[in-house]
This record gives sequence, structure tokens and C-alpha cells, in this order.
Amino acid sequence: MSREPQTMGYGGHRHLRVVRYVAGSLRRRWRKNLVVVWVYGLVIFALASVVFLTQALTRESVASLSAAPEIMVQRLSAGRHGLTPVQDAGPLTRIAGVRAALPRLWAYHTDQATGETLLLRVPEGRHLRDHEASAGAEFLRRRGMAPGGSLHLHAHAGEPLVLTISGVAPTATPLESAALVEVSEAAFRALTGMPEGHATDLVLRVRNRRELTTIAAKIGEGQAAARPIIRDELVRTYTSVFNWRSGIIIAALLVPVLAFILFAWDKAAGLSPDEQREIGILKAIGWETSDVVLLKCYEALGVSLAAFLLGGALAVASLALPQPFAVLPALLGWSTLYPPFWPGVAVGAYQVATLFFLVVFPYLVATVIPAWRAATIDPDRVMRT
Amino acid sequence: MRRTRSAVFFTLVALLAALGLLAGLDAARRRSDGEARFASNRPIARWLGVTDLCLFTDARYTRHPSLADRHSPFQDYPLALEHFPSGSLVLPPAHLAQAQHPEAPPNAGRGPR
Repeated sequence: MSREPQTMGYGGHRHLRVVRYVAGSLRRRWRKNLVVVWVYGLVIFALASVVFLTQALTRESVASLSAAPEIMVQRLSAGRHGLTPVQDAGPLTRIAGVRAALPRLWAYHTDQATGETLLLRVPEGRHLRDHEASAGAEFLRRRGMAPGGSLHLHAHAGEPLVLTISGVAPTATPLESAALVEVSEAAFRALTGMPEGHATDLVLRVRNRRELTTIAAKIGEGQAAARPIIRDELVRTYTSVFNWRSGIIIAALLVPVLAFILFAWDKAAGLSPDEQREIGILKAIGWETSDVVLLKCYEALGVSLAAFLLGGALAVASLALPQPFAVLPALLGWSTLYPPFWPGVAVGAYQVATLFFLVVFPYLVATVIPAWRAATIDPDRVMRT
Repeated sequence: MRRTRSAVFFTLVALLAALGLLAGLDAARRRSDGEARFASNRPIARWLGVTDLCLFTDARYTRHPSLADRHSPFQDYPLALEHFPSGSLVLPPAHLAQAQHPEAPPNAGRGPR
């Protein structure tokens, strides 16, 4: 290297000096840099909201499934979910590897007052008296109810049914907390019209998890109307569907991202006379093209880091607020029929890396390449203008 | 050089404008063709008792949104989140959408006794 030692130095010192220079140059043009960081931050904020919310919803669905049984069996009738006769459990327990088949009672109920879809469930291992109910904490909070209050619902035949809230139901997820009402079996049958001897579905207890697919196949062979649902398959479905939906939204957001990258390219390609003169002077005092490119790299990295932190913080802050966010309905789809629930914030290394490659990497390329072209200009010509 | 560039630019703009015009004319022609097709399909739809224009075939409730209910998307397990790809493209019809002010339902409890 034929560089003047007193101007740039070597190795780590070289980087250190460039960074020091970048800090000064960012400070000198703070107004312009602030605008860039703000716009850049907003772009990252929009994308980060989608990416973080997707992760939160995936986590929510996986969490709600973690308590679900490993395999459930539903009955199909006329191509849709039908009621399961309780005696269907008998043949299932005779399948090798199945320890038990237990009927479950759960159903959805439309709250006439709000139009929201609630979950009615008969709790397992806990007895509720006929007109007793317990509900999720969020459900009670939104209705301004406390244990001892009464819940007015409409029974299947249309007559009103009044239940007394006896306590707060244990829940694992925000959605359960917002939509769960636990009732007694008698109240459940009155509310849903489900006849005696029938259940919503059957839950299988199996000896060995590795036999799940074999058991599911045997159920399909033995009972054509039975539909086995394996929990792990549901987990995979949810992960892919939320990724698909966030992909659609991100594709729609690519227009502002591209506009921003175009803006960054334009800004870098059309260097102001001041910046051109600065590059010219730097080259005149002994900086090489590679040093100038390094300078622009660090500048872009500094701006990116500030915008990344700003956008990420805004996204996390907006998701932490208990308010429905604009992209939530698009991600939820028909799940907006449930009472409003808030999946919270989930940020992981994968999400941060996704954002980085969607925005930061194109920004670096869009600023460094024009800077490299500008760095090859003749210092003499620039300083004369 | 500059004149050549502007000539190229204006040629491109003129070409795109012509293509846009052609697309409009094509759409108008297809529309008039479509009217005839719709007219011949109408008796079939009436005879079959078809309820909706079927835009998606994956989920029952997005295939026939007018016949959808508030429960069919969630039948896999209790509080299942809706998971068909078309679910975010066809949103629940207005008559299924919930009340606007769920914070203050008339069904509020009477509190502890």
C-alpha cells in the first residue's frame, strides 16, 4: 500500500479513523441525516410491524395448540363437521397404541349483544353446577363483570339463559382469555342443542407419539366418516399460513420499500457539490478510493443502525399497545370474528434478519455503489468547480 | 445526443399510451362478450340455485361467503385460528362482522351480589 502513513495509518487504526471522520460528517449534516433516518425508520416500522405480528400470531397459535391433545377425531357429515356419537369411542380404543378415547364438549356461540364468536366448553376434571359458568379474565374485563355477576345468553331454542359467573377460568393464551366461557354439561346442551349421547369430538390418548400417523391412517381405514386431526400437522399449517399472509402484505409494502431505495440511490448518485468537494479534498490529501468507499459504507451503516433502532422500537411500541393494528385484520382473516385479542410482541433473530435483508442490505448497496462511482472522480476537477 | 434521448422517451410514452388505449378497447369488447355470457349463465345459476360467485375453492366459507356463519372457520379444535389462504383475501361479509363498540355491550353483568 502506497498510502501516506500520517493521513490514514494501517489496519484497525484506519477503520477507527474513518469511523471518527464519519461521526463528524454525520454531525455536520445532521438535518439531512435526520430526515433520512426518519423516512428510513418509517419504512422499517411498517415492515417490522408485519414481521413481528406474524411471529406473535404464530406463537399464539402454537401456544394454543400446545395444550391441545396430540390427536383428535372428528366426524364428517355431509362434508362438514358433524356431531360424534359417544359410542364411536369404543372401536377407536381397540386400535393398537390407543390408550383411551375421550369425548369432548365444546362449541361456538354467537353473543347476540356483540355479534362476537365465543367458545363454550365443558371443563374436564372440574365440576360446574347447572347455572354456573366461569370465563376468561379478558372476557370478564371487557364486559365489566366480576365473579358473582350474571351472564345473559340465548339458549338454542331462543329462550334467554342466565348463568352466574363463579370464577375466572384458567387460560393459556390472550384469545382464550377473551373468548372462553366454561359451562356445565346441562347448560352446554341447552345452549347448543347438542343431544345426549353426542360429543363435539373425541380425544385420543396414545402410548407412543411416533405411532400417531399410523393410528390416524388406521382410523381413516376403519371409519370412513372419521377425520383424524394430528396436532403437529396443525402447528405446521399455522406456521405456513401466517408466513403466507405476511408475505402477501410484505409484497404490498414492497412499493414503499422500492420507492425508498430509489430515493436512497438518487440521493447517493446525485452527490451535492459540497459532498463532491469533500471527496475531492479527501482524495487530494491522500485518501484512496477504497477509503472513500469505506467512509460511505460506515456512513450508510450508521444511518441504517439508527433507522433500524427507530423503526424497530416504533414497531414494538405500537404492538405493545392494546389497540388493534391496521395489519392485524389482514393477518387474522376470519379470526376477526372472535372478540378482539392482542397477541403481544414476539421478536426473534429470524425476524431481525428478515428485516435486515429486506431493507438494510438494499440500502447499503443503493448508497455504496454510487459513492464508489463518485469516489473515482478527479480531485483537481472537483475542487476547481 | 439530448434530442435523441428525448425522442426515445417520447416514443416510449406514445407506445405505452397506445398500449393503454388498446387495453381499454379490449376490455370494452370483452365486457360486451361477457354480457352475453352472463345472460346465458343466468338461467343455469337460477336452476342450480347458486348463491355466490365462486372466487376461491379452498374453504367452505370463502367459496360461498353469503352462506358462511361465524363458526365454520374454526372447527378444527377449540379457538382454532382461521387458516385457509383465501381467508385474508375474502374477509367476513358485513352481516357477520361484529358490533362496532364491543367495549360497551348491553349484556354487561350486574357485578357481585
